[in-house]
This record gives sequence, structure tokens and C-alpha cells, in this order.
Amino acid sequence: MNISVIFSSLAVSFGINFKIFIITLLLALPFGLLISFGAMSRFRPLRYLIKTLVWVIRGTPLMLQIIVIFYGPGLLWDGDLLPRLTATYVAFSVNYACYFSEIFRGGIQSIPRGQYEAGQVLGMTKSQIFFKVTLLQVIKRVIPPMGNEFMTLIKDTALANIIATKEIIMMSKEFATKGLIWPLFSTALFFLAFCGILTLLFNWLEKKMDYFRV
Amino acid sequence: MPILEVQHINKSFGQTQVLNDISFSLERGEAMAIIGSSGSGKTTLLRCLNFLETPNSGKIIVNEETLFDGSRPTQPSDAEIRKKRLHFGMVFQSFHLFPQYTALENVMLASLLLAKERPDYKQNKRVIHEEIEHHAIALLEQMSLNGRMTHYPHQLSGGQQQRVAIARALALKPDILCFDEPTSALDPELTDEVLRVIRGLADKHTTMIIVTHEMAFARDVADHVVFMDDGVVVEEGRPQDVFENTQNERTKAFLHRFSQNS
Repeated sequence: MNISVIFSSLAVSFGINFKIFIITLLLALPFGLLISFGAMSRFRPLRYLIKTLVWVIRGTPLMLQIIVIFYGPGLLWDGDLLPRLTATYVAFSVNYACYFSEIFRGGIQSIPRGQYEAGQVLGMTKSQIFFKVTLLQVIKRVIPPMGNEFMTLIKDTALANIIATKEIIMMSKEFATKGLIWPLFSTALFFLAFCGILTLLFNWLEKKMDYFRV
Repeated sequence: MPILEVQHINKSFGQTQVLNDISFSLERGEAMAIIGSSGSGKTTLLRCLNFLETPNSGKIIVNEETLFDGSRPTQPSDAEIRKKRLHFGMVFQSFHLFPQYTALENVMLASLLLAKERPDYKQNKRVIHEEIEHHAIALLEQMSLNGRMTHYPHQLSGGQQQRVAIARALALKPDILCFDEPTSALDPELTDEVLRVIRGLADKHTTMIIVTHEMAFARDVADHVVFMDDGVVVEEGRPQDVFENTQNERTKAFLHRFSQNS
């Protein structure tokens, strides 16, 4: 097997990591925002429920959560197994939504009360204040911690191999079983390159937001 | 007929009574100064007028329309409160400009959002937008902010930011403009430029309520001075009455303390 064949099959399997990355973001970002609203709700039962959920999800390993979501239905009520990838998406989205929710909550609560009050006395509605006044300030504040989470996420996608999702680590382990160990180490290059691009992207975003201060 | 009547307003936070049976009235075109030491309830009173706090009892009447009546059992909806707020403008101690908008955008934002509720907004979008922009530019010019319109708040000095905030409050043409210690966050030299524009507004007979620690300014500009202490109106009247023919011992002590400090 020559190097280019191995690298192209690694690249194809990294496509799965990328897919998990994208789908997790698409689901976890909006859900994270909703969860953060729940965590700040004035309705106490909802707030406690959300806080408990966030505690459990952040307090247990993501790897375990993937296993539970994949095998759980079968073990508990003889339910059908979710397809591997679907189970992966669900586990990652729930996990990351909880982390994102805490970042959003921090961002939202760091906006000074005066910003809301200034909007209120100018006759704005709650949603106008959120979308026209606070949202961009929140986004500016959460960009640095989000950069961190995005990087952790792309590396966490490797955990999906625990349920034999055909991502890049899984693929390279197949090579290893055939006696080729170097493809496993070379997967680092894919993650490094990806994180490099993320770094550039986030630097660019921070620059974009540089025109105002919060 | 007074433009504003405040009747027997009470407000407490938990066990602490912050406003105790506050009543006063304000004529159209008058400037009223509220003085008093920190914690005397001045800011809370302004916040009640702007519906940022809800009084426990009392009445607030603007233009003979009862905006707040503590004896009424039902709470007004958010939409109703929004409408009532528009009678008042508010200038805060620490400006609270929106950092992501330029000076001009800060002044225009609320008017643009309100205009969207007009039935003719879709057809006359461009005209309405231009009107709002012209009005905002005129206000900023009135605040001597020519050449600062496209600056973001962090590029402006404190005095300039506060003048943008005043223009922003004026943009919605409130009946009564409230100032909550508008110069307390400013250096002495920046204080003057802000006081100058407020004086300009008084000369144009803008109806205003000014909570301030600037005694000389209150004496010069206000038509009516209210001295508050411990949540009650201790003394009120024309500036010369309150400052020179002071009746109450508490007012005397306060003014004495102030003249010693400055």
C-alpha cells in the first residue's frame, strides 16, 4: 500500500470527523442558547432542571455518553439501536450544547444592566433589545471561549471510534491491525491543520469585531 | 395644568422604604432640579417615572393621563409600559450608549424601530429613514457634535458620550426629559460641556427633571428645586427660596456640607 492511498483513505475518514464537527455545531449552538435561557429562567423548576442536566452532562465523560446513547435503547427496553453516526451526533450535540450554554450564559450576564435599561427607556421591546442591542455584544464576548470549544470539539470527534464510527482514528487503527503503525501517528497532521485553520478563522473574527469595545 | 403630577409615591425594597409619600408637580417648559445626598431616593424616583421600578403605591399623571395608579389591581402589559415610557426620556449617569453603533446610529436606532410599527412604513421606507436621519443629525449638531457622528462610543470622550446620550433621549421627543446625575461620571472640564447643553435645553424650555450634585448649576438653571432626604421631599420651591431662604434644618445642613466641600 503506498502512502498516497493511505493518506487519501485517512482524508476520507477525516471527512466523518468534519461532518460530526459541523452537525454538532449546527445543533449545539442554537440549543446551547436555549439551554442558557433556561438556566437564567425566573421559573425555578425549569432552572433547576436545566442546571441538573448541565451538571450531569458536564460531569460525565463524553465517551460514556456516546456509549449510553448508542447501546442504551437496546439494553434498557430492547429498542432498536440508533445508526452509529446518529448516536454520535446526538451525544456530541447534547454534550456541546451544555458547554456552549454556560459560555452564552456568561456572555449574556456580563452585559451591563444599563444596556437593557437604555433600550427599555427608549421604548424597545424585549426582543428588540436582545437582537439589536445585546446580541452582538454577547457574540463579541463569547468568541474567545468559543474558539477554545471549537478546537476541543474537532479533537473530541475522535471519541466516536468507541462505537466503531468510521472516523479517522478508527480508520488508522485498521491500518495498525495490518501492521502499519505510522498512519495512526500521522492523523495528528489532520487535526493540526484543522486547528490551524480554526485559529486563523477566529483571529479574523476577533479583528472583525474590533471596531467596538464592550 | 401641570404636565406631570406625582402623587404620594411610595417605594420600598424589602424592608427599606426608599421613597416615602413623594408628591410634586411640574409645569410644561419647566426645569426641575432634585438635590440631596446619596441614598436619599432621587435616582429611584427617576427610575419609577421611567417604569424601571414599579412604585408600591401612588399615582403618576402625565398630560392628565394616569400612567401609573398603585391602587389599580391589574399589572399593565409590557406593551402598555413601553408606550408609557415614551412620555419620558432618560439620561443615565454612565451614559449607556450602545457600543456597536456610531453616535448617529445610537440616536437613530429607537426611532427606526418605532417607525417599523407605522402602517405606512413599507411604502415610505426611504422617506421615513431620511427624516429620522435628518432629525438625528440636527440633534447631534445641537449638542455640538458635528464631526463626531460616525464615531463609535469608545472613540468619544465622556462628555461627548453623554451629549450623544442626551441627543438619543431627545430623538423620541419625550414630554419630560430626566437626567440622573448626568455629570457625576465626568471630569470637571467635561462636566462643563455637558452642563452647557443642558442649560441650552432649559433656555429652549425643554421640560426636564435633573438629579444633580452641581448646586451652582441647579440654582442657575432650575425653575424649581426639590431637596430630598431619606426618601421624603424635605423642601421645595424656587431656587432662591431653597438656596437662600432655606427653611428646613436638614436642607441647611446639606447645603452647608456642600459649600464646605466645594
